[in-house]
Amino acid sequence: MAEQRVVVVGGGLAGLACAMNLAAEEVPVDLVSLVPVKRSHSVCAQGGINSVNDVTRQQGDTEWKHFDDTVYGGDFLQHQPPVKEMCDWAPKIIDLLDRLGVTFNRSPEGYRDQRRFGGTLYKRTAFAGATTGQQLLYALDDQVRHWEAEGRITKYEYHDFLGPVLDDNGVCRGAVVQNLFTMEIRALPASAVVLGTGGNGLVFGRSTMSTICTGSAAARAFRAGVKYGNGEFMQVHPTAIPGTDKLRLMSESARGEGGRVWVPKKAQDPRDPRDIPASERYYFLEERYPTYGNLVPRDIATREIFDVCVNMGLSVEKERLCVFLDVTELPPETLHKLDGILEIYEKFQGMNPRVTPMKIFPAIHYSMGGMWTDYAKDEKTGGLIAGDPRNQHTNVPGIYAIGEADYHYHGGNRLGANSLLSCIFSGLLVAPCVTNYAKTVKGAAPAKLLEDAAKAEKKRGDDFAKSSGQENPRQIHAELGDIMTRNVTVVRYNKALEETLAKIDELEDRFGRIGCPDGGNWTNQTVTFIRALADMIMMARVITRGALQRDECRGAHFKPDFQIPAPKSDDPAELHQQAEEWCRAFQERNDKWLKSTVVEYNQGDLIFTYEDVDTSLIPPRPRTYGLKGAEIIEKVWKEMQRQRGVQPAAV
Amino acid sequence: MAQDVIVHIQRKDSPDGATYRQTFHVPYEDGMNITTVLQRISAQPVTDEGEHTAPVAYDACCLEEVCGACTMVINGHVRQACSALVDNLLKEQPEITLEPMTKFPVVRDLLVDRSRLFNALKRSKAWVSVDGYWDRGSGPLMAPRDQEEAYPLSRCMSCGCCLEACPQYNDKEDFIGPHAVSQIVLYNTVPAGQSIAPERLDVLAGPGGIAACGNAQNCVKVCPKEIPLTTSIAKAGRAATGHAIRRWFRR
Repeated sequence: MAEQRVVVVGGGLAGLACAMNLAAEEVPVDLVSLVPVKRSHSVCAQGGINSVNDVTRQQGDTEWKHFDDTVYGGDFLQHQPPVKEMCDWAPKIIDLLDRLGVTFNRSPEGYRDQRRFGGTLYKRTAFAGATTGQQLLYALDDQVRHWEAEGRITKYEYHDFLGPVLDDNGVCRGAVVQNLFTMEIRALPASAVVLGTGGNGLVFGRSTMSTICTGSAAARAFRAGVKYGNGEFMQVHPTAIPGTDKLRLMSESARGEGGRVWVPKKAQDPRDPRDIPASERYYFLEERYPTYGNLVPRDIATREIFDVCVNMGLSVEKERLCVFLDVTELPPETLHKLDGILEIYEKFQGMNPRVTPMKIFPAIHYSMGGMWTDYAKDEKTGGLIAGDPRNQHTNVPGIYAIGEADYHYHGGNRLGANSLLSCIFSGLLVAPCVTNYAKTVKGAAPAKLLEDAAKAEKKRGDDFAKSSGQENPRQIHAELGDIMTRNVTVVRYNKALEETLAKIDELEDRFGRIGCPDGGNWTNQTVTFIRALADMIMMARVITRGALQRDECRGAHFKPDFQIPAPKSDDPAELHQQAEEWCRAFQERNDKWLKSTVVEYNQGDLIFTYEDVDTSLIPPRPRTYGLKGAEIIEKVWKEMQRQRGVQPAAV
Repeated sequence: MAQDVIVHIQRKDSPDGATYRQTFHVPYEDGMNITTVLQRISAQPVTDEGEHTAPVAYDACCLEEVCGACTMVINGHVRQACSALVDNLLKEQPEITLEPMTKFPVVRDLLVDRSRLFNALKRSKAWVSVDGYWDRGSGPLMAPRDQEEAYPLSRCMSCGCCLEACPQYNDKEDFIGPHAVSQIVLYNTVPAGQSIAPERLDVLAGPGGIAACGNAQNCVKVCPKEIPLTTSIAKAGRAATGHAIRRWFRR
């Protein structure tokens, strides 16, 4: 126990929360990050962070309702105990952030202000302008800097995590890292390694994610035996600004503050949008979902935008698919709260969104799936057992995963403003769990084990640097991104998914013949990219095969060929009958598919299994969000549940 | 416009290597920024003379001007590569020049080591000193006008533009820099930061503190987030002076 030392990989909200919590408990931490931790992708989060709060509580809101919104939003694909625990912690986490000096927006009396976000009817979201992720990250970054000054945290910035070091018993004893300036490779000994390494949007080429979000760290753990869950569940954010290098996020807070999504009723109406009268505008989200309006969950908003543009042909522009996101009618004091994001639009598009409606389109945004991790359920509370080493522990002893990099919390679709929460929550939660695990690790990691692991990675890097084939790694990535974006995002068809797998085979084959234009051994960014490319190709396969095998629609995973036909008869009796059929089909679908995809890597092969989901706290139900015309489903489902309720023995 | 974009790049293979320039022709794309230009060069690292060269090393991350990574000197001005749109740059001059920041050691090409910038934040004690991370209820109330004052300061992304522009930030002086001064003002403004406010004032009043500022006011002009750095400096100056006098009386 004397030599307890934890390596935390990733300096975003999850990694920093974990590192500072370990440091506070006097556990020495080595913090590894591709970039200075202050530049981590969490800075891109804009809208806010959710929790029940003093105001919503008086309107009938509870931790349980936040929990319910989260699992309903996720289409019930998440284990419920960790989600319940997260929602129970949420108000305390916001309080903590407040104590750390986050400049949350304030009410006139000086209380924290809240805004509404998607998938809920309560104003749960605390925010700091429209740059909340940035403000939260900076507060935690400053905490970590304090511990660094105290000597409890050692930072390894501009370092790439190349893989875990496992001993003969398959227990993790360290991590191989590479200095991206000097290219020096070394193995850091560790009692445990915590991976808070974010999502893998770069597999899709352009997304709302930062250039570092390749998912390579998770892929490297995966190759070493860590299981991966629900890879096919990728969130496509409804509102992003298309760009040549990146699809920039336009926060849900724009709609939370009253922004409206619309298209002209006349296809490609050439008039200035401001000259189109309200009667000639199609506010399709408000019309289709009267209860939630523009704040339906992201998967639904994205599909509706896609439907309006692709199926109805109502895209604002012909050449480039897009719809209007309109904040021009909001009062100046409301727009002021959105300055952070409106400036981004202005800077990159050269148009003032306060005057002219923004043109936006969906983009890959968040990985709901991630490394498989365990949890310790508290049977009394339905939540988690504090400090239990099983929480956030992967199947490989000594490797933990947190934040976007794990597969918990968001199921089939993440609600807006729940990601900052899940990242900080899992980071804080895991620290005592890791400490308790680390106490059981006996003795120092054998020096030879560490040396050999570093040597093997050095050879791999040298081989990449020396490679002189004809294939261009950047070109391979571009082709990978193109086909993934075309076939594996909003709408998925099995034929296209099979074509995608064939293309991935081809790209993998070509990867074997790459050439590296830089043979040097100093700040060789091409070698680093090539390493990540190998990982992206593999994760593309995990995502695509998962999508191909899952013949259903759930959350962000949408296959038109496996939709349950909606009841639509004009005859009430027949409509009822159709709704009953719908509900039976829904039940059957859940019996078969309400399961997490779990993938294991076995010497180049991917082994797929399906894991039951713990829905013991809130039973799954159809996810209609008050869609016009779907009322009958809600009604019939409730009737059927009541009938089932009177026959408990049958369950 | 389908012409190539002509880009001159200042290069250096390693910290002690020689500085040299290369020119690249990059096919123009609608809406492209400097990061896209650098990405295209990475994919096809061939100079205008047809020489196959190593890809240009550079920093980049969020690509939406919130992380601060891709700061460099573009057409002679320090700024982020991601928000530098080629169309706008070509209006300034027909060909584009890219150089690394001059106030930090070059690691390679356009990539510099900004450790000194972060070390200044460490010296400044720009953090809240907390008991720990257990639940202790919420933080203090904060008037909206104080939040309005603090929030702009909390958007500093540690990019280094202000340091590049500051004449007092150099090898000879130990100045913590306008960014760090502003972070001290931030943490001395938010109610949660009060408990160690005097310690931060010690830093301001000490060597490399506010006295090192020559009041050139360049910092505020180049800040991409329009942070009122000179206002912070003025506040810091007053606070440090008052603090020094109080400290002198207490002796």
